[in-house]
Amino acid sequence: MKKWLQFLVLITSITSTSALLASGGIGEGSEGRSSQMPPVMNAKWKAECSGCHMLYHPGLLPERSWKAVMAGLDKHFGESAGLDAATRDEITSFLVLNSADKSANRRSSRINQSIPTNSTPLRVSETRYFISKHDEISASTFKRKSVGSSANCIACHRGAEKGDFSESQVRIPR
Amino acid sequence: MRNIYILLGILFSVNAFAATPQELLKQYEVQAKQENAAFTGFSADAGASFFRTERAHSNGKQVSCATCHTSDPRNQGKTRANKVIEPMAPIVNAKRFTDPAKVEKWFGRNCKDVLERACTAKEKGDYIQFMLSVK
Repeated sequence: MKKWLQFLVLITSITSTSALLASGGIGEGSEGRSSQMPPVMNAKWKAECSGCHMLYHPGLLPERSWKAVMAGLDKHFGESAGLDAATRDEITSFLVLNSADKSANRRSSRINQSIPTNSTPLRVSETRYFISKHDEISASTFKRKSVGSSANCIACHRGAEKGDFSESQVRIPR
Repeated sequence: MRNIYILLGILFSVNAFAATPQELLKQYEVQAKQENAAFTGFSADAGASFFRTERAHSNGKQVSCATCHTSDPRNQGKTRANKVIEPMAPIVNAKRFTDPAKVEKWFGRNCKDVLERACTAKEKGDYIQFMLSVK
């Protein structure tokens, strides 16, 4: 009887531990690296890059993507977002320094690994990592008035501007 | 005494950037006269029509200032990326038209986005005059 009880406790603890790991409930990854993007700050990035859209963490795209985005601000996804040269250069350096291919956290690494070396995506939503992570979200959910589009991470990921995309923080609005 | 100098310094440096909407209008008036010798003054009605009149953009869409700002400048607007735009009318948002660099930056961007050209000083002045007329 006692052995049977010990066995039950063992099985229960293994199951709950693996469930916790699978849910991403633990901050540190299996390789001892943080799973979330680190907090970063640059006043000009914050002021200039959140006027029209949510503030995208530099760890969401690799260096070559940020350079391409910042070189094309005059036609930024169809809109005029030009900056003076000094501001543009400062923000570019900041983005490059903290870009997905320079960042050790697990999520940035996985985004980076999911991008073929010969491609330079301008949208996070174009990456294989993003697409596989959102395969259960329908196109109509992204189009909801409360969401807008797949570019508006913060509609569902409340910590998105701080680089926190953990599943436990997700709330999909109606 | 040293504190007073520091305080005065801060006051004057802030004043160098701050402006009132009326001061901005004066600057645009000077430019408008240079652009057109027959310029007689800004018009809130012309500004209202400028703000709300849609035009066919080369991307196929009908656009106006009101597309994002809504037709009532006392309302919050929304960008294409779902970000809230604070109201344009100074009666509900006193910060509007008090930072010349900011005003020029956004006229520069939004005129290109809506009109696909730069705005004239007359258009900018009419726009501000309209915003000031909203009660």
